[in-house]
Amino acid sequence: MKAKQKHWYEYLWIASPVYFTLGFFNILFAWLGMILFITPLLIAIIGGSKLYCNKYCERGQLFELLGNRFGLSLKKKAPRFLKFNWFRYGFLVFFMTKFVLMIYRTYVVFAGADLKEVVMLLWMFKLPWNWADTSVASPWIAQFAFGFYGIMLTSTVIGLVLMIIFKPRSWCVFCPMGTMTQGICKIKNSKEKSKSAA
Amino acid sequence: MAITKKYAAIGKQCVACGSCVKVCPLSLITIYKGMNAVVNEEKCVGCGKCVEICPASVISIVSREGV
Ligand code: SF4
Ligand code: SF4
Ligand code: SF4
Repeated sequence: MKAKQKHWYEYLWIASPVYFTLGFFNILFAWLGMILFITPLLIAIIGGSKLYCNKYCERGQLFELLGNRFGLSLKKKAPRFLKFNWFRYGFLVFFMTKFVLMIYRTYVVFAGADLKEVVMLLWMFKLPWNWADTSVASPWIAQFAFGFYGIMLTSTVIGLVLMIIFKPRSWCVFCPMGTMTQGICKIKNSKEKSKSAA
Repeated sequence: MAITKKYAAIGKQCVACGSCVKVCPLSLITIYKGMNAVVNEEKCVGCGKCVEICPASVISIVSREGV
């Protein structure tokens, strides 16, 4: 059988290790994560699809690569509750609350408070991260970078743990971005349907 | 092609992640408008590859009526 031709976007998983490495050496690179945050939302809002999850997401690809190709997954069935809407939307609310708090902390630093050079892992563990020189940017820009990097690191760590125990893309079942984009598509497409029916 | 006895049915709680799309050897699965996966049931051979990969475990192999 002829091997399937690889598309350029199948290599996007590289973005994940590159992102974390850059952020390790200089936290300001964490801002690049905004691209990974805004693109899926734009695709869902404008295009009405989950093309990002389905094709381009670097994280989904990384889990597939490590879990399926490299065999790092035990591939057990994930607990049923992960796919229930109450859990998915509940986790989305929790995640977004943490996100808003992070923005608030950025604002506090913008207003004059001291920059905290720590990355929060799993919303509990403070990792000291003071080796990078952030003096080129305003303190609030650096504060946002610390906060955002923490969010990206936390979700990747949870995703990796789930990947090892359960099916490789178990994180995708309740990933806040996946839940949001699917929700947006549902709203958008049902609106269009009712418009065309009218 | 002879129609097989079984085919894949997607459950309501599909999260539209697209994992199944990538593994179907016959490329019979699509994600419908970012909402859920849809299988071309007529052509599905019930191989179960999509069932194996689905992280939400929402796909089941079911019997066709009258075959
Ligand atoms: S659900 Fe989240 S991690 Fe999975 S593919 Fe979509 S955006 Fe990426
Ligand atoms: S059972 Fe096999 S042929 Fe049918 S949709 Fe799933 S992967 Fe494709
Ligand atoms: S793998 Fe499962 S959850 Fe993901 S799109 Fe296919 S049926 Fe839906």
